[in-house]
Amino acid sequence: MKKTLTALAAGLALFAVTGTAQAQTKIRIATEGAYLPWNGQDASGKLIGFEIDLAAELCKRMGATCEVIAQDWDGIIPGLQSRKYDVIMAGMSITDERKQVISFAGPYATEPTSFAAMKGSPLLGLNLPTTAVDMATITPDEQKLIDQTAASVKGKTVGVQVSTIQQNMVEQLMPGVEVRTYDKVDNLGLDLVSGRIDALVADGSAINGLIAASDQNKDITKFGPAFSRGLLGEGVGAGVRKADTELQAKLDKAIKDATADGTMGKLSTQWFGYDISIKSGS
Amino acid sequence: MNLSIMWDAVPKLLAGVPVTLQLVSLALLFGFVLAAVIALMRLSGSRIASSFAATYVFVFRGTPLLVQIFLIYYGLGQFPEVRSSIFWVILREPYWCGILALTLNTAAYSSEMIRGGIQSVPPGQIEAARACGYSRFLVFRRIVAPIAMRQALPAYGNEVILMVKASSLASTITLLEITGIARRIISQTFAVFEVFIVAGAIYLVINFLITRLIRYAEWRLTPYLRRPA
Amino acid sequence: MLELLAWGDTGWGDELVRGTLMTLAVALCSFALGQVFGGLGATAKLNGGIVTRAIAEVYTTVVRGVPELLVIYLLFFGSSNAVMGIASLFGYTGYIEVNAFTIGVLSVGLISGAYSTEVIRGAIQAVPFGQIEAGRAVGMRRGQIFFRILLPQTLRYALPGLGNVWQLTLKDTALISVTALAELMRSAQIAAGVTRNPFLFYVLAAVLYLVLTSLSTYAFDRAEKHANRGVRRA
Repeated sequence: MKKTLTALAAGLALFAVTGTAQAQTKIRIATEGAYLPWNGQDASGKLIGFEIDLAAELCKRMGATCEVIAQDWDGIIPGLQSRKYDVIMAGMSITDERKQVISFAGPYATEPTSFAAMKGSPLLGLNLPTTAVDMATITPDEQKLIDQTAASVKGKTVGVQVSTIQQNMVEQLMPGVEVRTYDKVDNLGLDLVSGRIDALVADGSAINGLIAASDQNKDITKFGPAFSRGLLGEGVGAGVRKADTELQAKLDKAIKDATADGTMGKLSTQWFGYDISIKSGS
Repeated sequence: MNLSIMWDAVPKLLAGVPVTLQLVSLALLFGFVLAAVIALMRLSGSRIASSFAATYVFVFRGTPLLVQIFLIYYGLGQFPEVRSSIFWVILREPYWCGILALTLNTAAYSSEMIRGGIQSVPPGQIEAARACGYSRFLVFRRIVAPIAMRQALPAYGNEVILMVKASSLASTITLLEITGIARRIISQTFAVFEVFIVAGAIYLVINFLITRLIRYAEWRLTPYLRRPA
Repeated sequence: MLELLAWGDTGWGDELVRGTLMTLAVALCSFALGQVFGGLGATAKLNGGIVTRAIAEVYTTVVRGVPELLVIYLLFFGSSNAVMGIASLFGYTGYIEVNAFTIGVLSVGLISGAYSTEVIRGAIQAVPFGQIEAGRAVGMRRGQIFFRILLPQTLRYALPGLGNVWQLTLKDTALISVTALAELMRSAQIAAGVTRNPFLFYVLAAVLYLVLTSLSTYAFDRAEKHANRGVRRA
């Protein structure tokens, strides 16, 4: 009996220690850790990727100590709101819906959205034009392209990551599509390869990331126009709580500086193979 | 707490109730059949059959359902051989994968309940029936099955409730049952509490109704325990 | 395949083993906490007034009637706010972090406690009342009756039920992978995602869970034998 009680007391003590208050001395940055090349994990479980390097760079510029932690995508905004961390850097686009609940520093990068299907899919046989479509100012030609894309995926099963701009786009612009939502892009890729879904919609670089990830994925092929802006948002930024205006301003300045002196472009080329930083004047 | 978000979530979440109930009832139905087979194998006296059944129960009771679901959905889908086989008709659909995982899981638990119920039948009653000239089948139908059912019912009632809760894990393989819809609403409103509290309340109501139903069934099956009016 | 499981920075072997240990740690702490909740719950249900009894009833009904996943999500997003709310009553307004481990233990412990409540209550009721009366008759104090008569026998009656609760607790820890705590399920998910080899890693996770459950089944069997060593068998 004594042993049981001792064990119980030890368990409780451990519990109490881990639950103690911790003063807020450093900036905690949440990332998903499953969205390469933006952010991912290596075989030692360490977080890696463009945004992890960028976070280190920005923190150096702000003179702050930072810690990057992993958080599942579907709870990433609620987690920010409940103060589990202070910043989100997880390939998150700046959109009006999100701006209603959090504010953003940046954008620090921009990348168009694409469709992808497996090699041999009839969707690829349609040979849709691969022109860029700017959704902020849709010309009649671009509208035709959107309609053409929508018609081609009508009645198909299309996968998206949950709570993304891509989910919004398909649900709003492409009626008659069976949308399946996934927690992670990895699982989206698995189901495209296995044939459970006919196509997926994701950020172009994330699709590149999927293709590069393994042999089974090498037949994933992009098709159709490259969509950007409008309901897809104003580029990828760092999310902060609305009340943290000071942090937002500091981050914003650090992002602008890093973009202006070319550091952003360098980091981007290192991870993406091309420059996705925001060009001045665009 | 944002009451208007909660209010808006109610009809959307209720739309997921049929899917949840389908998952649970189909899994229980298939699971019960499988469980009966496994219980009979366990009690058959054949060493091979009984150790196969024991292994099945050991594996499915000893691992988390979440692992089983992922293994069936993503794990099996990984192999081109599986994808070109006849099983792909079922494994292709998240709906059937969910039902399959829940079925295999509940069969392991239910088989132990059925086994316990059958073993609880007093041998004297079976002997008495044999003495009256009952055939083996008739002994089973009139003596063993009713007593075993009555004996296993309370535990089975708990299993039904565990299944309702377990069905929420189907949301991890893209199924839009109550929890799946809740996660989708949260992805648009970011209101974790409001939505999950409403979802939780719906599960509570479902489970409350099931508890009542089982109690009623127990009452019906034990007329001999009732006080004469 | 073997290089996928290598130890160190190139493979996932060490992550999986560390994840298993983390799962074990969370399960042990949750189970211990669950026993505290269970003991309190059972006491409240058996000896409590109207209010405490009602609280215990609501606790077991709600926690056992709502999917574990929802309980974990609610605590994950709510615990910091709740702790800060309590702290602000005492005048502390800073941020208090409740880490993923604590949240995991708290939520699984809460679930474990709800099931333990019923087990412990049943076990206490199984102790014949005559023995307690006998204790009083020979002049034992309340504490003596509790420690010498009630507790040893309750423990014996409760052991099989608590064994089941332990298995449940162990398996429920898989669900706290949603809080990004690097336990076994989470490690397997990350490895499956990065290597695109879900089958291998989920099978491995299943095997490691089986090791844990079968070891604990063995331990509980031993404990039951030990607890029943003085009981005559028919």
